[in-house]
Amino acid sequence: MAEAAEKEEPAAEVLLGVAPGPHIVSARSTRSVMIDVLIALIPVVVVGLYVFRWRALALIATCTCSCVLYEWLWQALRRRPQTIGDCSALVTGLILALSIPWTVPWYVPVIGSGVAIIVAKMFFGGLGTNIFNPAMAGRAFLQACFAGQMVNYLLDGQGPPGAVQAATRLGGEAVAVVTTATPLAAAKSGIVFSLRDLAVGTVNGSVGETSAVACVLGGLYLICRRAANWRIPLAMLATAAVVAEINQLVRPDAPFTAAHHLLAGAMLFGAFFIATDPATSPLSRRGLWIFGAGVGLLVMLIRLFAKAPEGVMYAVLVMNMAVPLIDRWTVPRPVGGPVPRPKPA
Amino acid sequence: MAVMSKTGIPGSRSFARGLHPDQKKAISAAAGIEVLPTPKAVLVPLLQHTGAPCEPTVKPKAEVRLGAVVGEAKAFVSAPVHASVDGVVAAPTVTTLPNGRHVAAVAIAAAQQQALAREALWEEMYGGDWPTRGLERFAPEQILQAVRGGGLVGMGGAAFPTHVKLTRNEKRPVDTLLVNGCECEPYLTSDHRLMLEAPPPIVAGALLAAAAAGAGRIILGIEDNKPDAVAAMRGAADGTGVEVAAVKTKYPMGGERQLVPAVLKREVPTSGLPLDVGVVVLNVATAAAVARAVLRGGALTHRVVSVTGEGVRQPKNLLVPVGASYAELIEYCGGLTADAARVIAGGPMMGFALADLDVPVTKGTSGVVVLTAEQVASAEETACIRCGRCVDVCPLGLVPTKMALAARHQDWEVARRYYLTACCECGCCGYVCPAGIPLVQLMRMGKATMPKE
Repeated sequence: MAEAAEKEEPAAEVLLGVAPGPHIVSARSTRSVMIDVLIALIPVVVVGLYVFRWRALALIATCTCSCVLYEWLWQALRRRPQTIGDCSALVTGLILALSIPWTVPWYVPVIGSGVAIIVAKMFFGGLGTNIFNPAMAGRAFLQACFAGQMVNYLLDGQGPPGAVQAATRLGGEAVAVVTTATPLAAAKSGIVFSLRDLAVGTVNGSVGETSAVACVLGGLYLICRRAANWRIPLAMLATAAVVAEINQLVRPDAPFTAAHHLLAGAMLFGAFFIATDPATSPLSRRGLWIFGAGVGLLVMLIRLFAKAPEGVMYAVLVMNMAVPLIDRWTVPRPVGGPVPRPKPA
Repeated sequence: MAVMSKTGIPGSRSFARGLHPDQKKAISAAAGIEVLPTPKAVLVPLLQHTGAPCEPTVKPKAEVRLGAVVGEAKAFVSAPVHASVDGVVAAPTVTTLPNGRHVAAVAIAAAQQQALAREALWEEMYGGDWPTRGLERFAPEQILQAVRGGGLVGMGGAAFPTHVKLTRNEKRPVDTLLVNGCECEPYLTSDHRLMLEAPPPIVAGALLAAAAAGAGRIILGIEDNKPDAVAAMRGAADGTGVEVAAVKTKYPMGGERQLVPAVLKREVPTSGLPLDVGVVVLNVATAAAVARAVLRGGALTHRVVSVTGEGVRQPKNLLVPVGASYAELIEYCGGLTADAARVIAGGPMMGFALADLDVPVTKGTSGVVVLTAEQVASAEETACIRCGRCVDVCPLGLVPTKMALAARHQDWEVARRYYLTACCECGCCGYVCPAGIPLVQLMRMGKATMPKE
């Protein structure tokens, strides 16, 4: 028996190591957290592929490949250890792809990925020390440079192929819906989409933001796996709902109800996948509530009072800037109270 | 829960945050306590406790009997040490304790004939009758004297001299004695076995300790993963007034700052002691040692140690003399497996890795855990992604990542802002950190190097 033979071995052969405690650790790694985010994005990607077909595929491929490539290149040029193995560049690329219109020409995502990875992430020291959500910083750059392309949701005067097909099958009137702009842009001109369309995702918009159901599904997975803190989406969505309700009371003729606001645009995608980026959100529990509520409030203020139809990106970026301050203001009280200060002699 | 209303434990029996590591108690929980055959020699360190070291009182070649004082404690916060075998004192020497401290030690070569060994030793230590009535005849001073003379220290790990804890202080009266039978560290089963095999001395010792400290109420807290120990202790405590509280199984329930709020709903102040909220906490093994010191005049010369983990061939719970070497214990348990990679004095969360197995077991050694290469394979450290898992598990409600990174950069202002000195080094943060940052090590280093205010 091999086991018996093993037992005959002298114990002196064993090499013992020394390290500080704890001597046992959980199985989680940064990589596994990032892979969880990728898994959580599967429903969103599937709906995106259905609604936008090969355009979505090309966009996702371009963004993820260029993000990973940029990070590899940056580290290679600086002769630093490679970090692409942690999968965070993959996550940034995917989220960027899912947050831009399906119609953009190929160089737009390539430039956006460069800004996201090199400027927003690596300039600031890489994963964990970046102040701004890389994907949103990249998208903001694109919004500034390619203003026209970033709000164009029609290709040859047509809406997304998958949504058009689905709507045609369901009956004539929906066709108008899917050939118009995004639900939020349409709302500015008084066209209100059905909640059913918003939930399922047979509407126009950025690749990842059409289906509310897909966002919630993936978001719940993230929360169950603790890859995202549940306090941020809850605070953000609750605040947005309250502001939307108040708006309804003040302006009863407003086309969008609270439900519309929650389901349309990037609200849910942002709540679960963008605002929850751990590196750019606070650490303490109180801080997470404040951060989430701040994002929700800003999104609604932009949607209701600004000229732009959507506000998730700017809301997240503005709150990212507030994170160091929020952290500083919300140092939790230790169990047993703060460390007593020595009395001055 | 009916039990809760009946016994009236004020606390919720749990605490906020904390974690649930794989317990691994089954490896040694069923192994009854065996008495280690008397080793050929023991090495009794002159500092086994928190406090001042002892002065040696024996010369080389002197003959000593089991329980004879070999090092006396001059300071108040100190405890004498005793010979743990019958034998002859050898030349004075120095040893390195698992925590890295170099201390003087008295080496004793054991005699061929031991007055007490095997079953007789167990009977003397924990067997026979332990009265729970009529203990009023012992005055508090008498109990304290026996406890101090017996060299008792906390046997849960920190090894704080027991008589200091039990000494009454008019400014801070004690109303409750909390006996700690949680044993929340994974793997360890020494307290569990003691509660199963020797409940009467634990109860008697708790009654005596409470009498000394002036505590009117005695509660024994046991994690609910040990229902057999809860039942055994309830049986032994019946009619004595000692209450038994089954508390939630959660690491680090056995920490004073967790157990006191969980049972009594009182928060131990940061930088303070349970004493500040009228509580004294004693480990179950310490309670049994109190009974033995007072009722049988025995010193703390032996203790139960779990020798366990995947890296040891025959995991056991052993009654060993203080001063026996770790190598001897492991040898008795069949030796190390071929893939053994780390030997830990204490539990895997807060214990110390041994660099040398030829060091002595002390009064505070609750276990020896041997882990395999696969278990201790540590991932490469990556940057903090601020995921907040450390914040989610810190039982003291701290922000470990901020404290640890501030300590690494010696940014003492930030370290103070995040209450670095409040950290109890329980290891929860280091356990969960997905980036593999040595949070506990950094904080321990920070606490040691941070300039005093």
